Amino acid sequence: MNVLELKDVRKTYQEHVACNNISFDIPEGKIFGLLGPNGAGKTSLIRIITTITRADSGSILFRGEPLNSTHPSQIGYMAEERGLYKKMKVEEQITYLARLKGLTKKEAKKELGYWLEKFNIQDWRSKKVEELSKGMQQKIQFITTVIHKPKLLILDEPFSGLDPVNANLIGDEIDELHKQGTTILFSTHRMEQVEQICEHIVLINKGTNVLSGSVSDIKAQFKEFLFEVSYRGALPNNIEEHITIISQDASKVVVKLRDVEHANNFLKYLLHHGTIVTAFNEILPTLNEIFIKIVGGKSDE
Amino acid sequence: MNKLWLIIGREYLSRVKKKTFILTTIFAPIGFVIFWIALIFIMSSGAETKKVALLDPSNILKIEETGKLRDGLIMYNYPKEDLESLKKTFEEDGFRGILHIPKQNLDSMTTNFEIEYYSNESLGMNTESNIKEGIEQRIKKLKMTQLNVNELTLSRLETKIEVLPKNIGAAEKEVSSYRAKIATILGYIMMILIYSVIFIYGNMVMRSVMEEKTNRIVEVLISSVKPFQLMLGKIIGVGAVGLTQFAIWAITLPLLYLGVAFVFAGKLQAVQQTLNTSTTSQTPDIGDIGAIWQELQNFNYTYIVVIFLIFFLAGYLLYASLFAAVGAAMGDDWGEGQSLTLIITIPVIIAFYIGFAVVENPTSTLAVWASMFPLFSPIVMPARIVFDPPIIEVVMSIVILIVTGIFFTWVSGRIYRIGILMYGKKTTIKDFMKWMFRKD
Repeated sequence: MNVLELKDVRKTYQEHVACNNISFDIPEGKIFGLLGPNGAGKTSLIRIITTITRADSGSILFRGEPLNSTHPSQIGYMAEERGLYKKMKVEEQITYLARLKGLTKKEAKKELGYWLEKFNIQDWRSKKVEELSKGMQQKIQFITTVIHKPKLLILDEPFSGLDPVNANLIGDEIDELHKQGTTILFSTHRMEQVEQICEHIVLINKGTNVLSGSVSDIKAQFKEFLFEVSYRGALPNNIEEHITIISQDASKVVVKLRDVEHANNFLKYLLHHGTIVTAFNEILPTLNEIFIKIVGGKSDE
Repeated sequence: MNKLWLIIGREYLSRVKKKTFILTTIFAPIGFVIFWIALIFIMSSGAETKKVALLDPSNILKIEETGKLRDGLIMYNYPKEDLESLKKTFEEDGFRGILHIPKQNLDSMTTNFEIEYYSNESLGMNTESNIKEGIEQRIKKLKMTQLNVNELTLSRLETKIEVLPKNIGAAEKEVSSYRAKIATILGYIMMILIYSVIFIYGNMVMRSVMEEKTNRIVEVLISSVKPFQLMLGKIIGVGAVGLTQFAIWAITLPLLYLGVAFVFAGKLQAVQQTLNTSTTSQTPDIGDIGAIWQELQNFNYTYIVVIFLIFFLAGYLLYASLFAAVGAAMGDDWGEGQSLTLIITIPVIIAFYIGFAVVENPTSTLAVWASMFPLFSPIVMPARIVFDPPIIEVVMSIVILIVTGIFFTWVSGRIYRIGILMYGKKTTIKDFMKWMFRKD
C-alpha cells in the first residue's frame, strides 16, 4: 500500500510555477527521498502534503483517501527552518504541540516522559527553550515532530545545522522509526545522505518531476559500465584497442565497457593474457553524479 | 474547536503567567494609591495653619467688641503691643507675620480698604487670599450692622438659578443639569478605556504574530491547525488577558480606594475642610451632592455596561484582526512595518479626537455619522451612549460594527495565512490586496 500517491500536482504562485504536474507514490514503510536543488519546489510540495497550502490541480491520496484536514494528525513535519517558542518551557512546549496534533493531555505527558528519557534530557524539562543550546533545541524539535507517532514523517533537511554527534543521534532515531514501520519522506539537496538512507527517490527540478524510482534501479539506469580492475603483473600491451581506459595506476585500472557481455569477455581476455586479476567491480554512479548530470548547471542557484 | 481552545489557553496562560503581567496588574493600582496618598499629604501640608499677629490700634474692625476673627488657615492673635516693638519680637513670639490695620475710614460707603502685612517671608498666594477673605467677611458684617441688614435679608437677595434641560423628543423624561456633567465624565472614561485597549492589546497581538513568524514556529503550527484558528485563538487569548486585567483592577481599585479613605480619614477630612473654608463660594452644598448622588443612580448601568462591552469586544476584534494581518505581513524588521501600522493607527487616533468633540456635543451630525462608521464607532459610540442616543442608532451602529468586525477578521485571516509564510520580501499595500483575493 502507498502512504502517499501524488498525481499531476500543480501549484502556481502568480507567474511562478512551483510544482508542475508532479506525480509519484510513496510506498508504506519506506524511506523516500525528495531531492532537488534549492528552489526546485520541494518546500512548496511539502506544504501541499501537510495541507498548509492547497494544490491548484491534481490529486493527492493519503493511505488511499483524498487528502483532507484530518490527515495532518498522522503526519509529522520538521520544517527546514526550525522554530520553537523561546519563552516556553520545554515540557509545556512539547505538550502543547503534541496536543495540537490531537493527543490527550495524558498521552502527551506519557510520550513526553518517554522521549525526554530517550534523549537523556529530563533535567531540562522545566528550562525555557532560549536557555538551551542549538543542538538541544534540535532534539526538542525532533521530539515535537514524532511525539504523535505519525504514519508519515516529513523531514526537510533534518541534518542541517547539526553537529556530527547529534546528526548521528537523530539518524539513529530515524532508523528506528523506520524499523517500526514509519514511512519517511526525506527532503534534501545533499545526495550523500540520500544514498545512505533512502530506498526510493524522486528528483524534482524547477517544479518538474525528472526522475523517480528505487535507488538501485536509478543507479542501474544511469550506469555507464565502468569497471574497476585490480591486478598484479602487467596489462596486455594492446589493451586500448578493445576498451577505453578512464584511469590507471600501478595496480588498478578503471575501464569503460559497452555492456555486461563485453565485461565478461574483457575479464576472459585479461586472464588469457596472464594478468592476475584480484578484484573486478562495477562502478555505479553516485546519486550526486546522476543529479548533476540531469540538473546540470540549470538549477536556479 | 478543541484546537482553538488549546491555542486560546496557551496565548492566555503564557501571558498571564508572565512577570510583567503580574507586576503591571498589581502595581498599577498600588501606584495609583501611592499617587493618591501623596496627593493627600501634599494638600494637607498646604493646609498648615499660620499664626499671625493682628494689630488694630484704631479698632476699626471692632474685633474686641464682637469676638475673634475666624478663618480656617490663619490663626489670629491680638497682642497689646505697638507695631514697632512687635516688629522686633514677632518671630520670637511665634508669629509668621503682623497684620496691621492702618488708620482709615470705614463705613457703609467704603469701597477700598488697606491693610499692611509685615513679615520676613514673602506673602504666599494662599495666605494672601485667606487674609483678604477673613477681613472682607469681617467688614461685610460691620457694614451689615451699619446698614441695618441682617443675614436673613441678605440671603433673601440671593437667587439660585437652575437650568433644566428638557428633551422635546422624550417629554416625560426629567433631565437634571448634573446629568450632562456626569455623562460627559462617564463618556470620556469609556472612550479612553476602549482607545487604550485597542492600542495596547492590538499591538500585543501584532507582536505575538511577528514573533511566531520570525522564529519560524508558525510553519509547524499551521501544519496542525488552520491559520485562521491560530489567528482567532491569538486574538481571543490576548483579549481575555485584557479582560482579566480590567476585572482585577475593577475589584482592587475600589477596595484600595476605600482602604485609603479609611486609613487616612483624618487627613482627608482636614483637606476637605480647608477646601471648604477657603473657597466657601465654590463648594457644592449638601443639596448639590445629594442631586449628584441621585443622578448617578438614575443611569441605567446594566444598559451602559452591556453596550460598552459590545463595543469593547467588537471594536477589539476588528482592530486586533487588522493588527494580526499587519504582524503577519511584517518581516523580521520592525522598521519596514511602520507604514503598515500607520494605516491602523490613523483611524484610531481620528476616532479619539472625534470622541472628544462628540462628548461635548453628543447629538451633532458628526457624532451620528462617526458612530455609524465601524472604524470610529468602537470609540465614538461608547462616548455617546450615556447621553441616551436613539436606540435605533445604537442598534444600527452595533450591527454595522459586528458585521464589519467579522468581515475584517475574515479578510485579515486571508492576509495572515499568506503573510506568515512569506519571508524576505517587503510587503506593500498592493500585496495586501492581492493576498486578500488569492486562493489557497
